[in-house]
Amino acid sequence: MEADPHHNPALGHHFETLEQQHDTNILGMWLFLSTEIMLFGVLFTAYILFRVLYPEIFIASSHFQNATIGAINTAVLIGSSLSMALAVRSAQLANRRALLIFLAITAILGSVFLGVKGYEYYEHWHEGVVPGFQWTNTELEPRAQLFFFLYFVMTGIHAVHLIIGIGLVLSLAFRSRKGSRYLGESFLPIELMGLYWHFVDVVWVYLFPLLYLIGRH
Amino acid sequence: MAVPSIALNTRRHYLNVNYGVKSWLLTTDHKRIAVLYLISITMMFVIGGIAAALMRYELLTPAPDLVESDDYNKLFTVHGIVMIFFFLVPSIPAVLGNFLIPIMIGARDLAFPRLNLLSWYLYAIAAAMTMWVMLSGGIDTGWTFYTPYSSAASPTLVIPTAVGIFIAGFSSILTGINFIATIHRMRAPGMTWMRMPLFLWSLYATSIIMVLATPVLGITVLLLAAERIFRVGIFDPALGGDPILFQHFFWFYSHPAVYIMILPGMGVVSEIVAAFTRKRIFGYRFVAFSSIAIAVFGFLVWGHHMFVSGQSAHAALMFSILSYIVAIPSAIKVFNWTATLYKGSISLATPMLYALGFIGLFTIGGLTGLFLAALAVDVHVHDTYFVVAHFHYIMVGGTSLAYLGGIHYWWPKMTGRMYNETWARFAAITIFVGFNLTFFPQFIVGYLGMPRRYHYYAPEFQVLNVLSTAGATVMLVGYALPFLYLIPSLWNGKSAGPNPWGAAGLEWEVASPPPPENFAETPIVTVGAYNYGPVEEKIG
Amino acid sequence: MAEHHHDDHTAHVTPLRTYLLAALALLVLTIITVAVAFVNLGPLNDVVAVGVATLKALIIVIIFMHGRATSGVTRLVIVAGILWLAILMVGTFDDYLTRDWLAIPGR
Repeated sequence: MEADPHHNPALGHHFETLEQQHDTNILGMWLFLSTEIMLFGVLFTAYILFRVLYPEIFIASSHFQNATIGAINTAVLIGSSLSMALAVRSAQLANRRALLIFLAITAILGSVFLGVKGYEYYEHWHEGVVPGFQWTNTELEPRAQLFFFLYFVMTGIHAVHLIIGIGLVLSLAFRSRKGSRYLGESFLPIELMGLYWHFVDVVWVYLFPLLYLIGRH
Repeated sequence: MAVPSIALNTRRHYLNVNYGVKSWLLTTDHKRIAVLYLISITMMFVIGGIAAALMRYELLTPAPDLVESDDYNKLFTVHGIVMIFFFLVPSIPAVLGNFLIPIMIGARDLAFPRLNLLSWYLYAIAAAMTMWVMLSGGIDTGWTFYTPYSSAASPTLVIPTAVGIFIAGFSSILTGINFIATIHRMRAPGMTWMRMPLFLWSLYATSIIMVLATPVLGITVLLLAAERIFRVGIFDPALGGDPILFQHFFWFYSHPAVYIMILPGMGVVSEIVAAFTRKRIFGYRFVAFSSIAIAVFGFLVWGHHMFVSGQSAHAALMFSILSYIVAIPSAIKVFNWTATLYKGSISLATPMLYALGFIGLFTIGGLTGLFLAALAVDVHVHDTYFVVAHFHYIMVGGTSLAYLGGIHYWWPKMTGRMYNETWARFAAITIFVGFNLTFFPQFIVGYLGMPRRYHYYAPEFQVLNVLSTAGATVMLVGYALPFLYLIPSLWNGKSAGPNPWGAAGLEWEVASPPPPENFAETPIVTVGAYNYGPVEEKIG
Repeated sequence: MAEHHHDDHTAHVTPLRTYLLAALALLVLTIITVAVAFVNLGPLNDVVAVGVATLKALIIVIIFMHGRATSGVTRLVIVAGILWLAILMVGTFDDYLTRDWLAIPGR
């Protein structure tokens, strides 16, 4: 028996229809993502400025990044985007088991990314390229701290977004483990999660070549 | 549903539908959240005002007698931070916007009610952090946090303040997202864009700025904090960085921020002028599109704060030209309000006094902005009291007056009570007189060369400073008065019906105070805003 | 019995194949990005790097984020974000790139 949409538990009391609720929430999430474009955009602006001003320093600094590890991490994040998209699809198709599995994979791959990033930070500490705290390398001039300042801030803020994302994914997985929450018509929260997750992936898609692959030839 | 009873204390409305701290602190009703904001914003306004009073009393004499230099720096910093981030930016949107937007468009609540509550909690947390900073030693960088002083030299609590501002920024962003989604998606059937009250157009434009500009401030204060933590960074010239880059990023938000502060005030003025001339606002479309134009063009002029900082002459030229262009839509609004007044049935009730005060004082503030947009003039008056007077004419003469006008106009709707009109008019006039006495002398003393943010000044400036402080004292009395008649009106005020002003608009068709769900049934809109009949000849 | 409300958005489910192909394309493009970085193309290196990144971003937005199903307003929001970032960059770079243009000392 079809539920009366006006008493559909998934429909907020202030909305008239599920479609209105869906469209409004999608609009709201994209508005939020626009704010994130501006937030990361400032960092990219600073990056472009200093790269144009000090090209040699950026090339020298970029060689301290491990392009292979960066590429592997990129693949990991792409994989997590795939699993997140499949999680949304599973929710739409009301397949609870698949939803849980794909949410779990997303969280795991996201955590792998963070683990690898953490390892990279550890390596950078030992190489002495952490500005202010551990700038003990002998190859790079002091101004190269500009590059590494931006590197740590940009990847750091990206990582914070990823940590929040993993937390939210796990929370959704926990809440969907029983019953039919988020299944079928009420898949909206999973879709919203997907939008956020994919955006974090898009940011990394730009970060990777700009931080790891400068002047490699 | 039972027919609602007429008596105030037996009818169910948003204030009495349930009681208890939890029902307020966990509410998702936009009207209750508006009241929460009203209380917290008022508290912050008082704190910012105390800082201003201390500054003005210090400036009675050219030498330091009330406070030492370091403390004076902290005073003007806290005055700026509190007034801008915790009063001017949130006031009209978070109090009046939250309360009225759903009712004005015929909806039961905003698009994201729980996000709305989160916005308030973020505001409250940020405000608490800022208060803690003040009590723990304060910050002395000015509200503009210019590097390298803020990033490298200042010994004060820069990082906690930066974090507080970041959190407050998020409150603003979430409110902006909520408003845009609501206005796009939750208008009642028949409520087309062109039938919306102009207050909504203003808040929509404001929300665009909140959403696109505030993140830039957020990341900029984060970069500042990071530079303090790392002790090196992109704003440090020793490393090849540039302090001007901080200014670019800072003003990319902070200039549009002034439009966040004024646009809602303009929206309130449109509503009040229409109601108290009993006419449709002249040139509705022009006013509506001007709001959008101000929001968009406001993003193109930030470099006019940096004419003497060290940006290139070419950039300075571009920003100067654009700053002239951005004045045009504001002027269009002033012309349209004036045209509305012509042959209108004008009633000088308290809200109208505030609205008329706004139109005059905003015009002065706006015109002096054009003085500042001229490169050569700006070189002379930058960082003087001329600039201080300019922005106070807009922030206080404009936004604060509009905020008070809006509070008075919609007080009956929010509380179900009328206030004492005689005292209210007296307060409005007192504020107006006190305001002009405070800030007009500052145009003069600034032009004559008195720098801002100094508490030492040349003795020949003393007379004007004394006048200014006298004005501030009068203004203080004026601002204190509403507490003395608005609060008692909650108990003793005459019961207001749904439409005490006889104004047009969906908010005047619901009860005062409104029921929790605003409308029993979603209204169907068939007429535009300000649907007043022809103005009748007044006899006698 | 209440009417069955056919929600268009649950009806539109992206095929599994599409997602898999998109992920594959992203992986291939990543490999290309890395490979090209090791070849000297002069100034084109930067163009290719950003260009490929943008292509990857488009794939993610259109396929994973259901870009084509979004409403007109939502698309405007996405465009606005990108446009506003462009305003920030143009304004800032205008300063830095013209610092010696006009024969004014120190500017």
